[in-house]
Amino acid sequence: MERSGLIREMEGIVGAEGVIHEHEQLRTYECDGLMNYRVIPDLVVLPETGEHVQRIVKLCYDEGIPFVARGSGTGLSGGALPVESGVLIVLSRMRKILEVDIPNQRIVVEPGVVNMWVSQEVADEGYYYAPDPASQIVSSIGGNLAENSGGVHCLKYGFTTNHVMGAEVVLPDGSVTHIGGGRAPDAPGYDLLGAFVGSEGTLGIATRITLRLCRVPEAVRTLLAAFEGTEGAGGAVSGIIGEGIIPAAIEMMDRLTMEAVEAAVHPGLPDAGAVLVIELDGPEAEVEEQFGRVLEICKENEATEIRVAEDDDERALFWKARKAAFGAMGRISNDYYVQDGVIPRTELPAVLGKISELAGRYGLRVANVFHAGDGNLHPLVLYDNDTEGEAEKAEKLAGEIVFACLEHGGSLTGEHGIGEDKKKYMPKMFTDDDMNVMQLLRCAFDPHQLANPGKIFPTPRLCGERPGPFQMHPLQKAGVVEQF
Amino acid sequence: MQTEKGLTEDLRRIVGPDNVHEATEEDAVEGVEPDFVVEPGSVEEVSALMKLAAREGLAVAPRGGGTKMHIGDPPRRLDLIVSTARMNEVLEHTPGDQIVRLQAGVKLEDLQKYVSSSDQMLAIDPPESGATVGGIVAANSSGPRRYRYGTIRDLIIGITVVLHDGTVAKAGGKVVKNVAGYDLSKLFTGSLGTLGVIATANFRLHPRPEASRTVAVEVTEPQQAQAAAQAIVHSQVEATAVELHYGENEKLLAVLLESISGGIDAKAETASFLLKQYGEVRTLSQEEADRLGSLTSPQVVMKIGAPPVDLAAVLESVLGAVERKGLAHPRITGHAGTGVTLVGLSEETEDGAAGFVEEMREIWVRRGGSVTLQRAPLTLKQRVSTWDNGGDYLGLVRRVKEKFDPRGGMNPGRFLGGN
Repeated sequence: MERSGLIREMEGIVGAEGVIHEHEQLRTYECDGLMNYRVIPDLVVLPETGEHVQRIVKLCYDEGIPFVARGSGTGLSGGALPVESGVLIVLSRMRKILEVDIPNQRIVVEPGVVNMWVSQEVADEGYYYAPDPASQIVSSIGGNLAENSGGVHCLKYGFTTNHVMGAEVVLPDGSVTHIGGGRAPDAPGYDLLGAFVGSEGTLGIATRITLRLCRVPEAVRTLLAAFEGTEGAGGAVSGIIGEGIIPAAIEMMDRLTMEAVEAAVHPGLPDAGAVLVIELDGPEAEVEEQFGRVLEICKENEATEIRVAEDDDERALFWKARKAAFGAMGRISNDYYVQDGVIPRTELPAVLGKISELAGRYGLRVANVFHAGDGNLHPLVLYDNDTEGEAEKAEKLAGEIVFACLEHGGSLTGEHGIGEDKKKYMPKMFTDDDMNVMQLLRCAFDPHQLANPGKIFPTPRLCGERPGPFQMHPLQKAGVVEQF
Repeated sequence: MQTEKGLTEDLRRIVGPDNVHEATEEDAVEGVEPDFVVEPGSVEEVSALMKLAAREGLAVAPRGGGTKMHIGDPPRRLDLIVSTARMNEVLEHTPGDQIVRLQAGVKLEDLQKYVSSSDQMLAIDPPESGATVGGIVAANSSGPRRYRYGTIRDLIIGITVVLHDGTVAKAGGKVVKNVAGYDLSKLFTGSLGTLGVIATANFRLHPRPEASRTVAVEVTEPQQAQAAAQAIVHSQVEATAVELHYGENEKLLAVLLESISGGIDAKAETASFLLKQYGEVRTLSQEEADRLGSLTSPQVVMKIGAPPVDLAAVLESVLGAVERKGLAHPRITGHAGTGVTLVGLSEETEDGAAGFVEEMREIWVRRGGSVTLQRAPLTLKQRVSTWDNGGDYLGLVRRVKEKFDPRGGMNPGRFLGGN
């Protein structure tokens, strides 16, 4: 189909104001939060209903046009990077909260609903939505679902995948299906929802999402503890976990991170080599006693200063400091690269040592901020784009850091996803067989590889000949991919 | 296809002569008797067996402790049982990371003993004893603690599987937080051996609670049971389990509370306060709490999954149908906090039981729930199937099966939709 014909068809579905096709306007959508990859899509379409999405995807399927779904575009792995000659389906107009069901502790939302709105919607009822990525004031539930987003409170409460209970999904052939029980437990059949959450937009588009709501805890206690270095802070983390305490959150920032945060949001952080922000929540009696133990453990690990949040304002200040960390890097560096790696918690000292050694060898600064409780590191590699070759050096260093995570038994990504950014590293973590078997799932959902093609896996595989709207995949015709 | 003698030799060559057994009646799966039971000792041996099975066109059923072989419809065919009995090694346990890597044949009781020395546990408590971790994953078994900790899908962090063609693949890893690649651990959870053999599994562990107590309220009717469960669920007491036991005489809504030694009294007090408006509240002894447990004796056990606020409606629908059909009073238990109700029928005529299952499906599947048979005589399954009709995702279930097991050699016919 000619481009003009496609525009006309899309306008027939969503109206003229829902289709963006002028080059300059399309550039707004050329990247997501990973800004070193840019692709201008052929068209951007902004559906307002699930039916719109279904018709758009069906049209793409009939015409053999690849499509990419995008929420708020805050992703850090290029998961919403458009594909050339493809359609970008932007879900930011689907922002309705459809049903609130407090008795069953569920809420049903459209994919464009912003994470934070969910908790705000049910706050008066004493409920909240637990997964809280740092981007939560902007990022959408649909995007969170696609990436299986984490957050600072997932040590105790789990990740997005533990909180999505059901979804209406538009499959890549334009059909609609409902996966997961929603309000009812244990839907029979394979756990298709478990496989779909975190599939980075490669299996279809969720158009209606049922989330689990959590009761606001009776008591919350938060402290900020300063240490001379990351060793002491790490020792405290091990001590707390070793006691059998699962805090709602344990976050660590190193000196460089604190310097940036101080410059950006002036929280008045102590002068120290590392700080921990530790939060406990739950029933009052339990929290009080465990909080006492946590204080002792911090002291045993030679905390130089401990501040206990006296009220909600001070607690909010601690969290503001932590959540501002990424953005604050702009204060101390022109450019920075956010890495996301995971290690077993006990490997923390070894890996931090390795990161510092690598930083020295590359002559670049690396700020460390991470979810210490679950071993999820976010090293921020600082560089200057105006200095010749430094961007490449930074990316290479960031790569070496994530290899160090793998060597120590960890993972390529804890919460940002593989997307475009890390697919080249996948063979370091998985064998060809591992990836081929994973892609069997892709073949079941999307045999023609139209949904977000080219992401996650370094080598796309085709799924065998099937009767369908077109005989040979264009990528296969061009010799880009092999038959599977 | 080669001769049986040739096949025996091939099997022996792979797993060693002592680990190939001719199947007996006891090995039959829902009336279908296999030829052999083989016990591989490693992932490599599983892979070699599966390659042989693929080459010879053999249908395979994986088996762990054999405690749940009655779940599912009868297999269309069955030649080989691949038992994980010898694959019972704890591969790695790092207490500081709260993770464990296991071969699939490790028994849950053995694992719990192993990790309890570090004051840890795998937070899953299915009723059957002797179950292996692989079997628990494959059948998605769960128990009361699912209210707090979720089901096994929420605890599994990595998996190694062997497909029918012998391909070995892993997904996930040994860290709790990990989004690299598709989450095949979840796809294989509850797949009942129809996608491949689960060879190893990695789990997140939790600290063992220092103290626990079960507080129960005696109720007299469905509405009370529901109201008492809702009171706990919407409170801030952070219960571990909210269980229903709805017998002909005794009707209890029991709440399991766990905490540190210094926190348990306050929790129990809060729970008792919340429950006492619905009836007499008492603390159950450990013995009594255990005895209330699972439904092992009834011939027919039906599981209804429905929204938790429909608990009273579920009970009323069950009791109403029982009365109308003149059936004996069923044993009813359930995970009231999560919407799972188990109904046990004994000594019913097949017409009575079949009509009952059909009526429950008529009501609860239409309302977005599910009604499946956990245990039933073969003749009943042949009339009403283990599964209900599922939802509009049935086509997707079929396509997943076709991709992972194109020859249909893995437990064919036992799963939802005849997969």
